[in-house]
Amino acid sequence: MGDRLHVETVEAAKQNPAFAKALTDLLFQLADDDFLLAYRGSEWLGLAPHIEEDVAFSSMSQDMMGHAVMFYEMLEQLGVGKADDLAQLREAKAFSNAILVERKNGEGEYNDHPHYDWAYAIVRSYVYGLYKQVRLEALTQSSYAPLALVSRKMMTEHRYHLMHWQVWLKQLANSTPDARQRLVAAIAEVWKDAGELPHLGPNQLDIVQFGLIAEEEQLKQKWLTLTKDIFEKAGLDWPGEPGVPQESGRHGEHTADLVQALATLSEVYRIDPAAGW
Amino acid sequence: MAQEELQLHEGLEATCWELLQQVTDPEIPVISMVEMGMIHKVRVEADVVHVEVLPTFVGCPALEIMKRNITEKLVEAEGINQVQVTFVYDPAWTSDRIALDARDKLKSFGIAPPPLDFKPGDTWEVACPYCDSPYTRMENLFGPAACRSILYCRHCKNPFEALKPIY
Repeated sequence: MGDRLHVETVEAAKQNPAFAKALTDLLFQLADDDFLLAYRGSEWLGLAPHIEEDVAFSSMSQDMMGHAVMFYEMLEQLGVGKADDLAQLREAKAFSNAILVERKNGEGEYNDHPHYDWAYAIVRSYVYGLYKQVRLEALTQSSYAPLALVSRKMMTEHRYHLMHWQVWLKQLANSTPDARQRLVAAIAEVWKDAGELPHLGPNQLDIVQFGLIAEEEQLKQKWLTLTKDIFEKAGLDWPGEPGVPQESGRHGEHTADLVQALATLSEVYRIDPAAGW
Repeated sequence: MAQEELQLHEGLEATCWELLQQVTDPEIPVISMVEMGMIHKVRVEADVVHVEVLPTFVGCPALEIMKRNITEKLVEAEGINQVQVTFVYDPAWTSDRIALDARDKLKSFGIAPPPLDFKPGDTWEVACPYCDSPYTRMENLFGPAACRSILYCRHCKNPFEALKPIY
């Protein structure tokens, strides 16, 4: 191993095209993951089990949307395109989020019989949140200094999200048989997709070799250890090795759910690109 | 830079810091952005002032309002024609940056200040800002703003908010 790579500024990043490409690919994964899950979270507005949860879930979705904005703005600085356009005008196949975050909240549509699954919302948010914690920790050591700095900042906010989902998980796990059954079913559902979270996509070798983030296997093991400990403490059975979905989101393959999400969330922007968001 | 020019800049910077004392947090009008520890640097170059601001929360919707309020206030200074506000993340804002004497102002507004020197693993215990009682209950970790939680005092029966420790 030579000296650890350390890239201080966006100008320096741009001078090395291979580095800039790896950084761009990673930033899209980070941005798209947070963006889509924040959108799915916002679709719970007015539908959460009680008004305090409405406030909490919107607040967390707003934080997460703020994190996505930071990543899109970093892409804008790299000259990839305008942050708002990157979020709202790309086609589904240009997105590199994991499939887990694009899945609908349940049966129905927001405006039309939203029979959403609250247990799924809790488990998805928590399992993703635990992975995000591991990912942010790894990013604080990133060779790209601006990314390391914002990750450190995001962690201060993110810990409150984890606390919040922890309360729900524990309470449902120790509640009525119905609650527990729904929780266990939601874990099974989330687990089908969860294994894709640590994937770093087609450019993973460069992403890791440039020291942008730790390698997939390391991220995966840390995340599983953390999650296992939490499941055990809540008295939940460990679901084993997480599955990966048929489509590979990190490679730009997506479900119809993403197409629906993008059409809905970009509707205003497409009508009036001057509108703020 | 000539000595005279340097002094002029330092004088202008001091004026800017004084003016910034009048720019309050958009959501907590009793406390200024300086007292919140959000103003990191003020640098004057010719007739342009550069202000570096540390956001409390990355996705805070009030950031744009803060930017506008800072700009509107600083153009009042004689010799300043342009204001450039940038949000920076180094150092990261933590709740220990809130000025000690501003903590009482928060209480007077019904907001419990965050604990001092909070470290990972510490338990967040919140005393009521009205009666100082420790017999409080967390109602919701997330309040009307991302940085605040909602609590209830079991002693004086007042609901109140608390600023989350950010560390």
